[in-house]
Amino acid sequence: MKTRAFDRILWPALSTALVLIVWHFAVRWTKTSVFPSPLEVARGFVELARRGVLLRYAADSLFRVGSGYGLALALGIPTGLLLGWSPAGARAVNPVIQLLRPISPLAWIPVSIVLFGISNFATIFLIFLASFFPIVVATMNGVRGIPAMYLRAGRNFDLSPVARLWRVMLPAALPQVLTGLRIALGIAWLVVVAAEMIAVDSGLGYLVIDSRNAGKRYDLVVAAMISIGLIGVALNFSMRRVERLRSVRWGFRSA
Amino acid sequence: MSGSGLLLLMLFWSAAIRISHQTLLPGPLKVAAAIGELAQKGFLVKHVVASLFRVTWGYLMAVIVGVPFGIFLGWRRRAELAFAPLIEFLRPISPLAWIPIAILWFGVGDFGAIFIIFLASVLPLTLTAMNAVGRVTATHWNAGRNFGLSPADMARKVLAPAIFPQLIVGLRLTLGIAWLVVVAAEMIAVNSGLGFLIIDARNAGNRYDLVVAGMVLIGLIGLALDLAMRRLERLPAASWGYQTPAEVAA
Amino acid sequence: MPHRAKLSIRGLEMVFRAEGKETAVLHDIDLDVREGELVCILGPSGCGKSTLLNIVGGFLTPTAGSVTIDGEPVGGPDPRRIFVFQERGVFPWLTVEGNIGFGLGRLPAAERRERIAHYVRLVGLTGFENSYPQELSGGMKQRVEVARALAVNPDMLYLDEPFGALDSITRLVMRSELLRIWDAEKKTILFVTHDIDESVQLADRVIVMSARPATIRRVVTIDLPHPRDLSSRRYLELRDGIFEEIGLAHRI
Repeated sequence: MKTRAFDRILWPALSTALVLIVWHFAVRWTKTSVFPSPLEVARGFVELARRGVLLRYAADSLFRVGSGYGLALALGIPTGLLLGWSPAGARAVNPVIQLLRPISPLAWIPVSIVLFGISNFATIFLIFLASFFPIVVATMNGVRGIPAMYLRAGRNFDLSPVARLWRVMLPAALPQVLTGLRIALGIAWLVVVAAEMIAVDSGLGYLVIDSRNAGKRYDLVVAAMISIGLIGVALNFSMRRVERLRSVRWGFRSA
Repeated sequence: MSGSGLLLLMLFWSAAIRISHQTLLPGPLKVAAAIGELAQKGFLVKHVVASLFRVTWGYLMAVIVGVPFGIFLGWRRRAELAFAPLIEFLRPISPLAWIPIAILWFGVGDFGAIFIIFLASVLPLTLTAMNAVGRVTATHWNAGRNFGLSPADMARKVLAPAIFPQLIVGLRLTLGIAWLVVVAAEMIAVNSGLGFLIIDARNAGNRYDLVVAGMVLIGLIGLALDLAMRRLERLPAASWGYQTPAEVAA
Repeated sequence: MPHRAKLSIRGLEMVFRAEGKETAVLHDIDLDVREGELVCILGPSGCGKSTLLNIVGGFLTPTAGSVTIDGEPVGGPDPRRIFVFQERGVFPWLTVEGNIGFGLGRLPAAERRERIAHYVRLVGLTGFENSYPQELSGGMKQRVEVARALAVNPDMLYLDEPFGALDSITRLVMRSELLRIWDAEKKTILFVTHDIDESVQLADRVIVMSARPATIRRVVTIDLPHPRDLSSRRYLELRDGIFEEIGLAHRI
């Protein structure tokens, strides 16, 4: 049963409308003076846009994500490839990964402050840490999941080890790697916002905390949260577009 | 073989500290001593229990709310169309961004932290349950109908066992998320727990040995939680659902 | 036809050692294959015939014995002898053209394009050059793999149950396609199968293997000319002979 495009828009629109209505009336009936109604949030948006704050802070957050994530990509994929290639290497490194992974990136904040002081670098380091592990693990698993048959074909056609890596291993592992990259990007976005609430003074996370601290402007708090959600959705959506490219689509189960 | 990796890490760590000539960050031995100190003074148990307490409550509530809701979404296509986009929208909003609202509604303290954990867990759990239902093949549904099962029986004999493997993996991953978030939530909003320990140890005197001790403890407990959940995946009721190591690893 | 063997196997033994246990898979295999022959290795699943093919292909080292091709011992995989797997061997991230051209990287662009076009035509996939494997049927994917193997102009082709994943109708079609291609290209082919009919329909000689540890039970020479009449008395005789050799009943 194919979903008509109409249905795809109608039902979420209905549920969103429902949420907004319930929200609006909840605020009305509880007569709260602090929690904003949908209209107040909308006005908060306009205010932020006019002050230029929204765009500037969003750019700050995106810059940090871009740097930390980009670094994690550059270092993580080769590391994952190496570990996937060498089972002995993977076995040695795996417990280290398993031990470091459950440590929230934010728990590294004091360490990162010692290393980098309170600065952009500290947040970028945190984002790097948070993205690095999922990327390494996804790449490693992607490589290990390659059917032996493909590698044999590579040897059969007399490809050098480097050519095998580039022309067989990487494309074969790519779907799984991309999934890991998408998840890591999502994590990076979560971490940047959280890190900005603690360690710096710009960005959307900072906006959330500051709007409350500097005057209990909950309308701005919620406006900032909604912006965070929207940008996160956009990031995820772009990654999913990449997954639809024909040279990797084969690796994804159809929805 | 796995021990060698950890050993290398320790050596690398202590060498890095030695080389950098700075006095603030501790090496492995100092951290071990710090853990001992915490245990002696009774703080170890206090903070670990506080963190575990919050995780357990927030996580369990999320399971009770999220899993049934997710199953409902997986079962009814229209519900999925209606609510899945909302969930996808809420997901990228860091649970910590909810802290001002949590403080507004619950004040500073355990309830606020538990609310944050609940939020962080309920969304992934809902999606896991929803996806798990979606992956039950038409063949299985049809077999159930063929044998004339009532809806209650379908739920019990077809749905529940079919989604169990996926659900267990999702529960494990979400528990990991909850553990990450509790630590972060404690850094901001309460005054006990491992996350608090880290922030406090630094603020109240630059005790970086305690800071790193806290981090190590967080890693160990997180790992223990993960391993405990992995054992569930070995139950026959779950292990049939895993085809390749790639599906299980995360 | 020259009498010197193209492929020569002597005294081949293969024992797998895993976790303290030893499994003898191949025992005392002696075999010669002449140039241009199509030889089928026939046996039940799991008997070791794929292992034999992997050893000949250079992917496994035997415990004892020798494998020589044109007098040289086999040291590893070699583009002069291409292995064709079941359809899953096709690279899913490349188009039909990309797959067929996979081994042709060292050729100049014009020649490469020509060769690819030739083999696309030969295996009957004109019009699908830019399709990806996931858009093709099982039989078509198998054609891609055969074309990929042929494009590098190998001396020998090794096929490991290549039609196993296909339905029986497609299998019949693919068998006659294989014979057509073999007639056009004149390669030496080693073909592993568990299907008795298939072996008698395709091969010049059928090597009947025993169960594990696999030895050669019998070598049956199929003296039927191509195209083979599947209802002729001689065909049925040869086929039934093999049935009996393997000890299978005639009625079920």
